[in-house]
Amino acid sequence: MVDSGADVATRSLPLSGVHGGSAAVRLEVAAPAGRISLRVRNEDVSALSAALGVDLPVKPKTSAFANGRTALWLGPDEWLVIDEGNSGLTTAAANSGALHSATDVSHRNTAILVEGPGAVATINVGCPQDLSLKAFPVGACTRTIFGKVEIVLLRTAEDAFRVEVWRSFSDYAFGLLSQGALDAGQ
Amino acid sequence: MLLIHCPYCEEDRSELEFRWAGEAHIARPENIAAISDEEFAEFFFLRNNEKGLTYERWRHIHGCGRFFNAARDTVSDRFLMTYKAGLPKQQVPETGASEKTVETYEATEGDAR
Ligand SMILES: [Zn+2]
Repeated sequence: MVDSGADVATRSLPLSGVHGGSAAVRLEVAAPAGRISLRVRNEDVSALSAALGVDLPVKPKTSAFANGRTALWLGPDEWLVIDEGNSGLTTAAANSGALHSATDVSHRNTAILVEGPGAVATINVGCPQDLSLKAFPVGACTRTIFGKVEIVLLRTAEDAFRVEVWRSFSDYAFGLLSQGALDAGQ
Repeated sequence: MLLIHCPYCEEDRSELEFRWAGEAHIARPENIAAISDEEFAEFFFLRNNEKGLTYERWRHIHGCGRFFNAARDTVSDRFLMTYKAGLPKQQVPETGASEKTVETYEATEGDAR
């Protein structure tokens, strides 16, 4: 990062320094990531997929990963695209030449990684989703509810999930996950 | 917990993810400036409030975000069927309840409107 003087605001990450988890579940704050909320009409999905370098999934509750980017189906014309690296997502989308709406929500969301044999029990403390591997296999994702806040849930492995949550709700989400992790660890 | 079938997610989901959004199949008048106050009140304020089979809009707000239509029995709270927004009013399959046999406010108390 360029040192441009003291008058530049320093970015403060939500959830910095928090701790939680138990013997059965590890809770970890995910690294900052680029994110866009993407709306695309049916006929333009392939153009946006090509521009972003990841195929936007059209099947409900599924995600796709390619080139460091994850595209999560949220609704029939809505996706959350997460870029682990230097983002450039809005520019890439703009280069598609197709009509779309891409809103940068990189700083709106933060993510909590929930991992371990008690991960399902931890999330189900506040989430009504059926998280059996049959109903919610690896790669499945959905917008849903966790306690009293909305989250986007992505299963990254059999016993690992990424919980995307709005940053102002992240204290609450982390607190409830911590409680769930303790309960799941018993 | 009540499970509601979302026609866009194509599966049953918890009621916690949904919001009720009023009576379905209410068409906005073509030329709303031309209608009388009574007609406007009828369109804007007055609802059937049926006891039994009723057609409602619901929104999968904490899921796919979509509005859809549902046929619901207000006595048993059962969702009889759900279908995508924009489709015409659907016939409810074999349930025992039908618009004819349903006891409405109008049938028992006269037309409130
Ligand atoms: Zn849905």
